[in-house]
Amino acid sequence: MKSAKYLAMSTILGSAVFLAACSGEDEANGSDNGSEGSGEELSGQVQGDGSSTVAPIMEAIVEEYAAAQPGVQVSSGVSGTGGGFEKFIAGETSFSNASRPIKEEEAAGLEEQGVEYTEVELGYDGLSVVVNQENDWVDYLTVEELKEMWVESGEEKTWADIREGWPEEPIEFYSPGTDSGTYDYFNEVILEEEDIVRSATLSEDDNVLVQGVMGSPNAIGYFGYAYYLENQDTIKVVPIDNGDGPVEPNNETIESGEYAPLSRPLFTYVRNDTVAEDPAVADFIMFAIENAGELAEAVGYVSAPQEVYDEDMATIEELAGE
Amino acid sequence: MKFVNHEEVAAKTKTRLTKNTLLKGVFAAATGFGLVVLAILLYRIVTQGSDYLSFEFFTSFASRIPENSGIKAAILGSVYLMLVVAPVSMFLGVGTAIYLEEYAKRNKFTNFIKVNISNLAGVPSVVFGLLGLTIFVRFFDLGISILAAGLTMSLLILPIIIVASQEAIRAVPNELREASFAMGATRWQTILRVVLPASIPGILTGSILALSRAIGETAPLVVIGIPTILMFTPDGIMSTFTALPMQIFDWTKRPQVEFHDVAAAGIIVLMGLLIIMNSIAVFIRNKYQKRY
Repeated sequence: MKSAKYLAMSTILGSAVFLAACSGEDEANGSDNGSEGSGEELSGQVQGDGSSTVAPIMEAIVEEYAAAQPGVQVSSGVSGTGGGFEKFIAGETSFSNASRPIKEEEAAGLEEQGVEYTEVELGYDGLSVVVNQENDWVDYLTVEELKEMWVESGEEKTWADIREGWPEEPIEFYSPGTDSGTYDYFNEVILEEEDIVRSATLSEDDNVLVQGVMGSPNAIGYFGYAYYLENQDTIKVVPIDNGDGPVEPNNETIESGEYAPLSRPLFTYVRNDTVAEDPAVADFIMFAIENAGELAEAVGYVSAPQEVYDEDMATIEELAGE
Repeated sequence: MKFVNHEEVAAKTKTRLTKNTLLKGVFAAATGFGLVVLAILLYRIVTQGSDYLSFEFFTSFASRIPENSGIKAAILGSVYLMLVVAPVSMFLGVGTAIYLEEYAKRNKFTNFIKVNISNLAGVPSVVFGLLGLTIFVRFFDLGISILAAGLTMSLLILPIIIVASQEAIRAVPNELREASFAMGATRWQTILRVVLPASIPGILTGSILALSRAIGETAPLVVIGIPTILMFTPDGIMSTFTALPMQIFDWTKRPQVEFHDVAAAGIIVLMGLLIIMNSIAVFIRNKYQKRY
């Protein structure tokens, strides 16, 4: 039964490639109005997995794509950035969403399997550091202070330990779980691979972190910008000083990279061979790049600069042989 | 001489009565606690989710806009999943129970198997998820399909069905079997015409309760890695799919409060399904139960 299905599928795909070759010109120039896919009716299956942070953008893209190409069945899981890459390396998925760049050992794993991949940027997120609304002493934090706070030192930390004049109350920490790309990113740019404070409450569900910070005047936490945006009336965001003065996360500072170092790109990684061989994958990824900016904004993230999308588009088009 | 010492009885009666009243209160409170929590839960879920519960909720796919979100893919996925789980788990479960109760010799080995099956019923569902991922998804290369997830779920509820069916079969009086044998029937004829008809209410009740556990189970599906972002309906048992509990799980993790309400609407649907399935089980039990 399976082989019959494959035969049918490859016949359809084969004819789709043939058709695409016949009418090649008008496909390459992606249209600006967004929701249009490429001209032909494609069919097939495209499977992905990965970061739950990227999931809302991916869901929006898949939703729009289903309207443009109803014959292509796109599905994507939310196993987390690390879990997604595991499947990507095992060859179970054609694209893998990630809220951090690929790690060295993951890249090595792919190389071992002989898999070439392309990194595609979908948008930006600003890791937002937040405190309770009753916290009236924190006006901003420098990157060094953030590190001093979050790295395990062996003793309990109070706010007064971080900067003089702040209350001598123990700090309560709320952080995303160690499986998430959000944690990985924070670990890389702030903790610099040192251990996170042992008293930190870790949760895979960011809403739990929001609740925690809302519940205690001495709490501090960090999570994706979308979670701050939804709760901005009940929690306070802390501007971050990276040497050039405190910067608050918002659409402009995140997109321009001024909100450093906590502004991070969101990716999806694509297998080059599936893009080259399967027109459905190629078409879906192109559709994603074309619409990612607008849809990222719609779900609470920030669009990447247009040049980034153009560059990614060029790479994928080349891979797809158009 | 009096047989009853009325003074002593009178003295003790009071404490005995107080004790009785007190314990009645404790047990009533124990019952009440569960009921109150359930009532709060129901109230919260219904007030949160009822706004999103509409006809469109069943006919549209998940969406980035909460108002347009629906459970079409999820509910169809769950139904397909049950279409795999029900026949597989019932055939294997009832078959095992018949073998253990009717054919197997009563020896240490059979006992060992029985004890292990009872233990299996207590194994956490995540473990079955890992088993399914290793065996069905990877080893048999079924992929993240309805078949792979259905077989995993079948394994999960198999012990429950076996134990329930064993109880039902054991409850059939031996006189009935002996009467059948006396008429010259073989063991299989006896099972088919005497034992099974008498035990089917118990078997069905147990199976339906087990199936309703499978339909609400999330952990194995998470471990297998079935997707939550998917905008098509399944077209066969090899198709990729998503299920109702997965969809709910995904919505509750979103930042937007509106999605939590959509999740509540999903929970109402799932609860409705469970209530229907459990009612069928109760109905079958009441209608066909015979006492010997």
